[in-house]
Amino acid sequence: MPGWLNQILYLVSAVLFIIGLKRLGSPATARQGNAISGVGMLIAILVTLVDHTVVSYGVIAAGMVVGTALGLWQAYAVKMTAMPQMVALLNGFGGGASMVVGAAEFYRVFESGANIPTPTGVVMQLSLIIGAVTLTGSLVAFAKLQELMSGKPITFPAQNASNLLVFLATLALAGWQVSTEVPLILPFYGVCVMGLVLGVLLVIPIGGADMPVVISLLNSYSGIAAGMTGFVINNEVLIIAGALVGSSGIILSRIMCKAMNRSLANVLFGAFGATAGATGATSSAGLTVKSIAPEDFAVQLAYARKVIIVPGYGMAVAQAQHQVRELADLIEKRGGVVKYAIHPVAGRMPGHMNVLLAEANIPYDRLYAMDDINSEFDDADACLVIGANDVVNPAARHDKGSPIFGMPIINADHAKMTVVMKRSMAAGFAGIENELFYAPRTWMLFGDAKQSLQKLITEVKQA
Amino acid sequence: MTTEALIIAIVIFTLSTFLGVELIGRVPPTLHTPLMSGANAVSGITIVGALIIAGSDLGWISTYFGFIAIVLAMMNVAGGYAVTDRMLGMFKSAPKEKR
Repeated sequence: MPGWLNQILYLVSAVLFIIGLKRLGSPATARQGNAISGVGMLIAILVTLVDHTVVSYGVIAAGMVVGTALGLWQAYAVKMTAMPQMVALLNGFGGGASMVVGAAEFYRVFESGANIPTPTGVVMQLSLIIGAVTLTGSLVAFAKLQELMSGKPITFPAQNASNLLVFLATLALAGWQVSTEVPLILPFYGVCVMGLVLGVLLVIPIGGADMPVVISLLNSYSGIAAGMTGFVINNEVLIIAGALVGSSGIILSRIMCKAMNRSLANVLFGAFGATAGATGATSSAGLTVKSIAPEDFAVQLAYARKVIIVPGYGMAVAQAQHQVRELADLIEKRGGVVKYAIHPVAGRMPGHMNVLLAEANIPYDRLYAMDDINSEFDDADACLVIGANDVVNPAARHDKGSPIFGMPIINADHAKMTVVMKRSMAAGFAGIENELFYAPRTWMLFGDAKQSLQKLITEVKQA
Repeated sequence: MTTEALIIAIVIFTLSTFLGVELIGRVPPTLHTPLMSGANAVSGITIVGALIIAGSDLGWISTYFGFIAIVLAMMNVAGGYAVTDRMLGMFKSAPKEKR
């Protein structure tokens, strides 16, 4: 195959990635978009396989069979609640693959006895470092999400300073390699090892609750690492695809940070514990909560014209999505409208809650982003909060002493009646009191969410 | 890599980043998880580099590295596209008559 044809076909594959991403912009076309992007990938792989530099196929076939089998097995075995872990792991593999390609390219030049020109040297070092950080950083994120290690931030004295030191040492080794131009084993290994260590150091101080930001960022890194590999082997499709993925991760981490009212720097370098100790000015002393029995609430739901459900990760933990849908179906059958208000950090990764609800056959056009539905609470007859806590705490609006002050929240307290399903009165993740529980129009429905929903379903049926 | 080639590559990378920001900024929050896993699959494009390294007969070290890179990248590609498809298959709109 002539070289120019290769280039054209790589361009076709890049264009298919772009069209695929564009089609991901709407639920109706998204699945098709993903398939288009997949065709782009297939073309890129086939073009590379018939490339004249590829002469032996044994290792390739073995690697592709093993990788495909493991990938597909993972994709079909994973539970939807475990999606964040899976994405973290895949990010890590992508970064790892980019690192290894960079390393192999280094060895190729090393064995041929040639020099590494400065531009190649720079991008090679970048692909090694970013790939290594993505690999180990993602593995730590995976371990935290999978609860193989504690989700609590791991901190030690002078952490940021020592991380900076490791970072500078990595750069120094990389700089040494680039400036000598002769491939040297010592700085090569140095950069690889330091990069791997850096990935671990950067993620261990970040708490489990901040993992949505971290995996978004690592997603971005895995793209940038692929892009850098594209620089090293001088291949445009890698550069384009890598840059596309790199920007997607940056956008998503920015959205997540905004939803938590924190800067990226604060998430990455300011272990959350620092402010959580200083609990808000609100005290629950002297305040009482009202509780409601399922049968009483069921009557309200049965005659409600508009109900808004605010799901939180607690709902997914209780595996109560299907009961939620069943209840919603009953209310709709009786003529009511049911909508879902979804906070950006409701799940464990961007958009996670939407997938969990979609899995329970809840139509996506009933799911509303926080900003789109917040004005609708005022005319909602009932609001049902299931397993959400901090994202509905009105203290975020006015209590300057609260750690979540300034965080955009869902206006659950604006509904005519708000019922919070909760196991007990334990505080939320940030360890702060929730003002909503004590509000005049709020009632608590204590107990396991799944069982409570089941009771509501039975009662609404009879109402 | 010559300096000119590097400059061209930087131009492509920069423009693609801006294109990516435009495209992805329009994806609704509802699709952010599939977007992420789908983008993840795209970052498996590094498979191209892995295939070239593994298939070029450059000595056992390169071949060995190439094999590892292929396995990792292929898991990313196959796993990423498959799981994205699986998720997107769950997204259904409400039946029209219910309004």
